Amino acid sequence: MKFRFRLPSVKVTVGLAVLIVFTFVAFFGASLAPFDPSARSNDILQSPSAKHLFGTTHLGQDIFSQILVGTRSVMFVGFAAGILATVIAVIIGVTSGYLTGFGGEAVATLSNVFIVIPALPLIVIVTNVIPNSGDWAIAVVIGCTSWAWGARLLRAQTLSLRNRDFVQAAKAGGESTWRIVAVEILPNLTAIIASSFIGTVMFAVMTEIALAYVGVSGISEWNWGEVLFWAQGQQALAIGAWWWFVPAGLCIALLGTALALVNFGIDEIVNPRLRGGSKAVIRYPDGRKARMRLGFTPVLTPRTEEAGRGGR
Amino acid sequence: MRYFARRLGFYAFTLWAAITINFFIPRLIPGNAVDSLIEQRRGEVDSKAVESLNILFGLDKHQSLPSQYWHYLVQLSHGDLGISFGNFPEPVTTVLSSALPWTLGLIGTTTILSFLIGTLLGVFAGWKRGTWVDGLLPATSFLSSIPYFWLGLIAVAWLAGPLGLPTSGGYTVGNIPGWNIAGDILQHMILPALTIIVTSIGGWLLSMRNMMVTVTAEDYITVAHAKGLSGARVMTKYAARNALLPSVSGFGMALGLVVGGTFLVEQVFSLPGVGLQLINAISGHDYPLIQGIFLVVTIAVLAANFLADLAYMVLDPRTRKEG
Repeated sequence: MKFRFRLPSVKVTVGLAVLIVFTFVAFFGASLAPFDPSARSNDILQSPSAKHLFGTTHLGQDIFSQILVGTRSVMFVGFAAGILATVIAVIIGVTSGYLTGFGGEAVATLSNVFIVIPALPLIVIVTNVIPNSGDWAIAVVIGCTSWAWGARLLRAQTLSLRNRDFVQAAKAGGESTWRIVAVEILPNLTAIIASSFIGTVMFAVMTEIALAYVGVSGISEWNWGEVLFWAQGQQALAIGAWWWFVPAGLCIALLGTALALVNFGIDEIVNPRLRGGSKAVIRYPDGRKARMRLGFTPVLTPRTEEAGRGGR
Repeated sequence: MRYFARRLGFYAFTLWAAITINFFIPRLIPGNAVDSLIEQRRGEVDSKAVESLNILFGLDKHQSLPSQYWHYLVQLSHGDLGISFGNFPEPVTTVLSSALPWTLGLIGTTTILSFLIGTLLGVFAGWKRGTWVDGLLPATSFLSSIPYFWLGLIAVAWLAGPLGLPTSGGYTVGNIPGWNIAGDILQHMILPALTIIVTSIGGWLLSMRNMMVTVTAEDYITVAHAKGLSGARVMTKYAARNALLPSVSGFGMALGLVVGGTFLVEQVFSLPGVGLQLINAISGHDYPLIQGIFLVVTIAVLAANFLADLAYMVLDPRTRKEG
């Protein structure tokens, strides 16, 4: 399969730009932060100002610094869990799609079981069991429980690739199974792997924030969910401290939207019918114009004068 | 019927898997967290309840694992999930049976509503593709990226007051049961339901829209147009009906995810449902209740999946083909 290089669409560009900004903050947020996120001060519950961009907490902590420092944990858990889940999904999805017989069916059933079992309660139970779970443990737990969607998609695609001519040809040519999977099948799954990776990153970020917000186990590092946990614990909205609360939520939504925008672009590679952008009006050789409706085969109606003359 | 039997077999297997996970996880709890909790209550707990907790958490070390497992299954088949520490001395099943209707009502109504609305909008968005409607898609993904609970908190702070809606409880405490209680509950449910619907609609919309776009390029759509059928008829009877299939099969699967978000919404609105119980149980280290909730929620999700399968059989004749 050959990809022609196209300039990414506006959506993808915006999504990537936001992701790059968040990644930058994840790496350098701690040194960019104007204050120590945990340090108390006398500026208690102040609304946003030049000194405290996002205001302060009930202990005088700077919320802007908390958000900056917390970005690392969010991005780390999101991407670490995403990578882990994607690796598991590729292994399970491709083997269950490529292997015939009982083994393939059994692995597919296993991934369906993991899809159906509600993830959040399971993750809560497991993180509860692990003492002092830090970011690593959370990422591993989320990764190990969220691979099933991707595995299901990859299996379906592998099943359809397995019987294509180029795979059959490689088989007939005596290629080893490993080589067929690595060289013939995997490259054709790139887009689906990427899109399921992004989906898992979104899920992992949401889950980590939910866990921190609920206060499950000792999450020691700052993250956006932790900010919301404190805001909720101190009744921030009831006392009118909206600044405690709005930035973290908007950051989550912004990160989620950026990931979704990148996914739009990947979807368009997987399914070319989703692409837009062809000319809406086409001109026929006899000078007439027809409006193209994207995705439909245009039907040219007969010339009205001819119909009016009533030849037949 | 073969499809039907296969699905039933799958659910039986999943149920067994969930029960087994529930059996092994507490056996990994380090230290004797449960033991110490029982110890604290030693005087108050009767010996039968202690025994049932021993079986649930594998505290009886003299037994082999298979025999522990057997006893566990026997106990579950009697519907005994142990006693809740947090709501001492109520059994877990009592706590759950009072919480479950709230959660089922909330999740059931909101999921079905957002599925219907999202799918309907998705049909239009897919049909009108290439027009201004496409510009709205990033907005829907922004809405679905907002955490449920965050939107819920915003709704409590900024919507409840102006609209004169109650923000918590699920019902007015001390209300006399009667006709007005239904209206009261409905009023309390508006904000939580709205939060969930707004954040979950985008997903359905997008998947339906993408399927519509894929389906409209099929030959049978062109044929239907060429036959001179009206646009509305082609859209609903030819395109939407076929595009709907993946959404329906995804419906049950998505429930597992919806459940998690709804739990946090319950906490925000202090709705006395399963989610609130779970969050309280976590902070109170109420292990029997946590285990029980996981099991009951899994069973509920499996049941919903089964209903989605029935709907699928009605919509797609191919599943009924074999007879």
